[in-house]
Amino acid sequence: MDSFFKTLCLGCACLIGLLMLSFFVQLFVNSSDAWAQFGLGFLWSSEWDPVAEKFGALPSIAGTLLTTVIALAVALPLAFVSALYLTDAPPLVGRVLSQAIDLLAAIPSVIYGMWGLFVLAPLMQNYVQPFLAETIGLENVPVLGGLLVGEYGFNGFGFFTAGLILALMILPYICAIMRDVFKMTPAVLRESAYGIGCTKWECAKDIVMKYGVRGLLGGVFIGLGRALGETMAVLFVVGNMMEVPGALFDSGTTIAATLANNFAEADGLQRSALFALGLVLLAMSFGIQVFAQYYLHLTSAKRGEKA
Amino acid sequence: MSNSSSEIPVVSVSVVSPRRRPLFFRKATDLVVRLFSVFAVALAVGAMAWILFTVVSHGVPAIDFGFLTNPSKPYGIPDSGIANALLGTLFITACGAVIAVPLAVAAGIYLSEFGRKGKIAAALRFSANVMMGMPSVIVGLFVYTILVIPTGHFSGFAGAVALAIIMFPVIMRTTEDMLAMVPDTLRESGLALGMSRARTTLCIICRAAKNGLLTGVLLSLARVSGETAPLLFTAMFADAWPTGFFSEPTANMPVLITEYATNSPFEEMHTAGWGAALVIAVAVLCVNILTRVAFRDRTKAKK
Repeated sequence: MDSFFKTLCLGCACLIGLLMLSFFVQLFVNSSDAWAQFGLGFLWSSEWDPVAEKFGALPSIAGTLLTTVIALAVALPLAFVSALYLTDAPPLVGRVLSQAIDLLAAIPSVIYGMWGLFVLAPLMQNYVQPFLAETIGLENVPVLGGLLVGEYGFNGFGFFTAGLILALMILPYICAIMRDVFKMTPAVLRESAYGIGCTKWECAKDIVMKYGVRGLLGGVFIGLGRALGETMAVLFVVGNMMEVPGALFDSGTTIAATLANNFAEADGLQRSALFALGLVLLAMSFGIQVFAQYYLHLTSAKRGEKA
Repeated sequence: MSNSSSEIPVVSVSVVSPRRRPLFFRKATDLVVRLFSVFAVALAVGAMAWILFTVVSHGVPAIDFGFLTNPSKPYGIPDSGIANALLGTLFITACGAVIAVPLAVAAGIYLSEFGRKGKIAAALRFSANVMMGMPSVIVGLFVYTILVIPTGHFSGFAGAVALAIIMFPVIMRTTEDMLAMVPDTLRESGLALGMSRARTTLCIICRAAKNGLLTGVLLSLARVSGETAPLLFTAMFADAWPTGFFSEPTANMPVLITEYATNSPFEEMHTAGWGAALVIAVAVLCVNILTRVAFRDRTKAKK
């Protein structure tokens, strides 16, 4: 009876490992046509022409990386300081606000997408882009101007808008992990820092942050993983153009958006190429998750040791 | 002292430190950071309020009795609603839960009761953590290859399997965490009474952790009920009641919202999309807030 129960539970638990393996196997098998046709050159070819049956992953991969970088650049500082504020805030305020930020993670991504499409994109188009380009005059600055103004003028869609929405979506995840890490710091360390006259910021920067640096890295990677694979919110606002990004406000695409956008109409080699893109995304997020788990594991195992 | 405190022993900092900053500068920096952190929190909470406000203000005009009880219809036909999508989402989520919950709880029991140490359990725990971060679009692709290609048609069932795969690692890890919080004395008492390991686990440990388990399951249900990407590859959409759950494309809320918002130039469709978004947002947030409020005290006491 007991050994049966144990085996049953073990069997269920093994499902998860099995699933992970079969993800790779299935995507690889289904994309084998594309790999056979294009080889590894698929990864850095920028053509995507269903008529000529030529496919390349570069626009999607570059777009994924660009939106992710924008999202992290915006979300990280915000998550860091809000986690600082929430750990130091009075208990009731801290708890209510933490819950409110956690609710951000509960909103379905399709609603973020709609909000981005109908609220944020017009806002970017009518106010932010003209303001940056004309009022401040960034379009005349040699290098920066080229980065800011896309080739389609101000349309509100593009990598920057997508990055902003992603930042909002990953903020609660990063913030939650950072809060845990900050709470982990022994009170003695903080008190000693205050005792020798540190300000709150100095204590946070030199004591709390250095103490939990691995946990913070884990949080960063978790956010990175989320941003990489997010589909709907990006699909709504990125503009869905098969082009390698040339400017921050350019329209483009990401791997996940390409998949969701083209899959229904694709067949034959194009479908195989889409599976190949899926495999690339799977490999990227797998790698990032492994890093995240590695760093988070270090903090939980070596709780109490200085990083 | 702000600089180099990590390298130099704390006591000698004030003596050795090469560049001492004036007190005014340090206090000013501190103030700036504090203002920035208040700003960051306000921005996050404000953005949430803004999103919810947009959804409510656009969605409320769409909602009336007919909207909630009529099935969706192509553009131009009067009396269309979202009832079929609502029902479809309920079916898909419930079916996903039926598949995932027993398996995932059993898997969690293995990790917590039989595999606290050991390489297999560590490897499985690691895979569960990795799977939790898998993009949902990949899950959709995967289910497409294992269910939609062999059977030759999209189906609500395939959508349910996709959601079950997303739920599985989350419920597995929550179960483990919740069971691990139950004190060992309870286990020992059960075994001392001569109960089998299986019976102790199911009748005593799981019962003691009941609230935590329920919270985990409800939160993951709320999370997956708004998932869109996997359903695009599995359940698809149909302007019909979800009668062919196992063999036909099945209407569901997230895909309906996507269709109405992106593939339609008509204002009416956008409004209907906002109405559907409002319904699903209210449902998801209610489940979230209610579970948190209802089970907060008990789970906190256990921690």
